[in-house]
Amino acid sequence: MIDAATLYGLCAALLVGGGVYALIVNPQPLRKIVAFNVIGNGVFVLFGAIAHRGAGFGWGGDPVPQALLITGLVVAFCATALAVALLLRLFDEAGSATLAPDARPPAAPEAGAGER
Amino acid sequence: MTTPGGLLLALAVIVPFVGVLAGFTLGGRNAQRVAMVTIVAGLGIAIAVAAAMQRTGGGLVYLLGGWAPPLGIALRADGPALVMMLAVAVVIVGIGVYACADFGTPAGVREARAPLVFWTLLLAIWGALNLVLVSGDLFTLYVALELLTFAAVPLVSLDGKAETLQSALRYLLYALLGSVFYLLGAVLLYGAYGTLDIALLAARIRPGPATLAAAALMTGGLLAKTALVPLHLWLPPAHAGAPAAASAVLSGLVIKGSWFLVVRLWFDVLPGVLTGPSAQLLGALGAAAILLGNVVALRQARLKLLVAYSTVAQIGYLFLMFPLAFGGAALARESALAGGMLQAISHATAKAAMFMAAGLIYKALGHDRIAGLAGVGRALPLCVLTFVLAGVALMGLPPSGAYVAKKLLLGAAAETGQWWWDAVMQAGGLLTASYVVLVLAHALVPGAAAVKPRALVSRLAEAAALALALCSLALGLAAGSAGVPDVLSGALSPAALGGALVLIVGGALVASALADRLPPLPAGGFAAFGRPVRRTTLVVAAALARTDGVLRLWPVAGLSLVALVVAFGAALMARG
Repeated sequence: MIDAATLYGLCAALLVGGGVYALIVNPQPLRKIVAFNVIGNGVFVLFGAIAHRGAGFGWGGDPVPQALLITGLVVAFCATALAVALLLRLFDEAGSATLAPDARPPAAPEAGAGER
Repeated sequence: MTTPGGLLLALAVIVPFVGVLAGFTLGGRNAQRVAMVTIVAGLGIAIAVAAAMQRTGGGLVYLLGGWAPPLGIALRADGPALVMMLAVAVVIVGIGVYACADFGTPAGVREARAPLVFWTLLLAIWGALNLVLVSGDLFTLYVALELLTFAAVPLVSLDGKAETLQSALRYLLYALLGSVFYLLGAVLLYGAYGTLDIALLAARIRPGPATLAAAALMTGGLLAKTALVPLHLWLPPAHAGAPAAASAVLSGLVIKGSWFLVVRLWFDVLPGVLTGPSAQLLGALGAAAILLGNVVALRQARLKLLVAYSTVAQIGYLFLMFPLAFGGAALARESALAGGMLQAISHATAKAAMFMAAGLIYKALGHDRIAGLAGVGRALPLCVLTFVLAGVALMGLPPSGAYVAKKLLLGAAAETGQWWWDAVMQAGGLLTASYVVLVLAHALVPGAAAVKPRALVSRLAEAAALALALCSLALGLAAGSAGVPDVLSGALSPAALGGALVLIVGGALVASALADRLPPLPAGGFAAFGRPVRRTTLVVAAALARTDGVLRLWPVAGLSLVALVVAFGAALMARG
């Protein structure tokens, strides 16, 4: 039998792992931003599971992670907003949105594929 | 629990942020006035913190709302935090004075974007850095680090051009990846120990899977934010298009925030679980950064990028303290920590001065191609002097702060019997000397025609840059009088002076072997003798530059981060 906290922990691991994978291999900045949010959600789910376990205090539920989690959500939201704002400005200025340093967008993903 | 004077720590964080809000509210040219007032107030607070610590003879503590950890949040200041706080204040003052020339709101305009953003974000960076320095718990540190990144990213793209926006986005996304790793580590620590307070964690921590995973994740994430090789993809492009004052902030101060957090983590939280291999790994990354950064710096065509790559190398020096500190001897840990802190603050002042000098040269010439610097030595003597003095301070010639730092670190290396770090440090000094000599040689060659500055260089900005360079140079004297008495004795002995000469001549030789473009040398036997050697060494240098290019591809840098986390995890498990 698998208890709820472990199940949530495994889900968190899945989200973080998938997010890191997507953040590394996806060349489009918007997908990178979404991937960052997926990782962040994984971390928050993990924190929720830890709160449920009542870490450190032996309570039925620990309120401290919830307070931290809300702060974490606000920080992640700010980060996303800043990234999207930069992305929109970049699109307005350049007409395309890519992170490759020179004008060869496909170069970066191919190098990544070769690396694995 | 709150010590007398503890409130000063809260003020050090709050006052700059009040300045940010006031700057945005009042808007226009008032933002600059608010910044000036806040800078004076902030400097006063930093000095007051120093005075309070002198009086009580120990650290300061402030409990927010009177709640004690683990439920409450504590602000704490110890020796390293105080030293950094003072250095940050001095550098911010220097940058503030320098930026008056570049970021004044033009006459006839009510509000201009770049000045408004620059002055408010300069204060935001200061507040965030002070929070990083005094935070007593890992989650507040996470928030502080994020604030620091959010304030630093827009400085990269102040001119609003597509390339700089792209650099800013790269920087932001990579920094976010680093900080989410850090947060994941902090969450794991909370799960294992039920607290994030540094003092409580240090008492409870013991080796275990969650602790080791957390340590590896947090270290890796912070290294990504510090731009230690191979995680430096964002740093050179971020500097390429940023204004000089912004580069000085980024390179002198912002990266020190996450570096300081690594120091906090390793020296205050993790000593109980660290292993020899993990410290050696961190040092090895530092050595790689020194080699790669310095050699690629020599191959840059633009002065600004040369200085940026010099930062990549100097970040490497900052991590040499870790293998020395955790090499076994307890006494070595003290001197390695002192050496590392001194290295950090002398780099902060010297690098800010170097970027300022490079910025002034760019402004006067309208370009900053190193090969086109001929005649600058005559046209802008003060700028070139600033550049060279900052370079001397980075090389670690007496009486600079870096000289004393090097002495302390070499002492720690001898004490723990790790001769290889001794060799890395000596080689690093030689490589640093090489690009300073290269730039100086280009600048001192008489130009075909007298250089006519296109724009007038502000005397005030020149003076600010020179003052910061002199600050870095005089740091050794200050450290010598403040409790490290015997390191400066013999700084003027024939042996030390001979060492300095060897460093400069050796640097010139290294530069002529590895640099892409050499100044027109007086024809001589040396060039003919050196040509076959130079052909070989240039191949090596080009290979390193290509390595740098590959490492800075996004997928490679992302995989490097994951690989580093795994490597740190393995190194932490390998306890003998």
